[in-house]
Amino acid sequence: MEVPILKQGAFLIATFQAALSDADLNLLRMGLVQQVVRFRSSAVIVDVTAMDVMDSFASRTLREIAHMIRLRGAETVIVGIQPEVAFAMVQLGLTLEGVATALDLEEGLAYLNEKFKSTN
Amino acid sequence: MSAEEVQVAINSDQDIVSARQKGRQMATELGFSSGDATLIATAISELARNIVSYATKGQITLKMVNGLSRQGISVIATDDGPGIPDIRQALRDGFSTSGSLGLGLPGVRRLMDEFEIASQPGRGTRVAVKKWRQ
Repeated sequence: MEVPILKQGAFLIATFQAALSDADLNLLRMGLVQQVVRFRSSAVIVDVTAMDVMDSFASRTLREIAHMIRLRGAETVIVGIQPEVAFAMVQLGLTLEGVATALDLEEGLAYLNEKFKSTN
Repeated sequence: MSAEEVQVAINSDQDIVSARQKGRQMATELGFSSGDATLIATAISELARNIVSYATKGQITLKMVNGLSRQGISVIATDDGPGIPDIRQALRDGFSTSGSLGLGLPGVRRLMDEFEIASQPGRGTRVAVKKWRQ
């Protein structure tokens, strides 16, 4: 399943779909990191609004994506975790420690714009 | 008309997705709230993941169950894999033998209302969980 990655200035926006398999997530992880290198992006927004289940593999993959992108010197923000999904993640004991999150795409962009404005 | 029992063969990571989708669909048909359907789908995802990670293949059976005054959903995950040598250890938080894949069983137990596990080394594992409609 193809995950659209949109280039928005210095940022990349990846929109996750509901039915991503492990193989899809692995491909996406590689794809995102490659795009960050290619476009010299300063940040990536991963929009998970459509994801109806975030299990241990998906949340580990998101953590890994954020860490790999940080090693490239860029920032990751996960946006749009649904309230029900957040509740299930907490019950399951999953955390996204050390990864920035925001309510939705708009908040994520606002966070990054603020952050990169103050450092430029 | 909704099916009362659905079986999903688990042979690959793609089957994890279809098992949890079928579970959410059945839970919704049974009148579970969308929040509870998410908990059920997440538990199914973890149980199916354990099958793929530890046993390679197995099966998930979803069933409607009737209690005394309530309805619920039963999810049974079975495999003929290597089994779990120490179930008590596997039920402790943070325990996982395939790297960091799956916090596994303690989390699934918290997501559902009832939890039963039987496993024999070399013979396989059966995890049966239930959630009742509020």
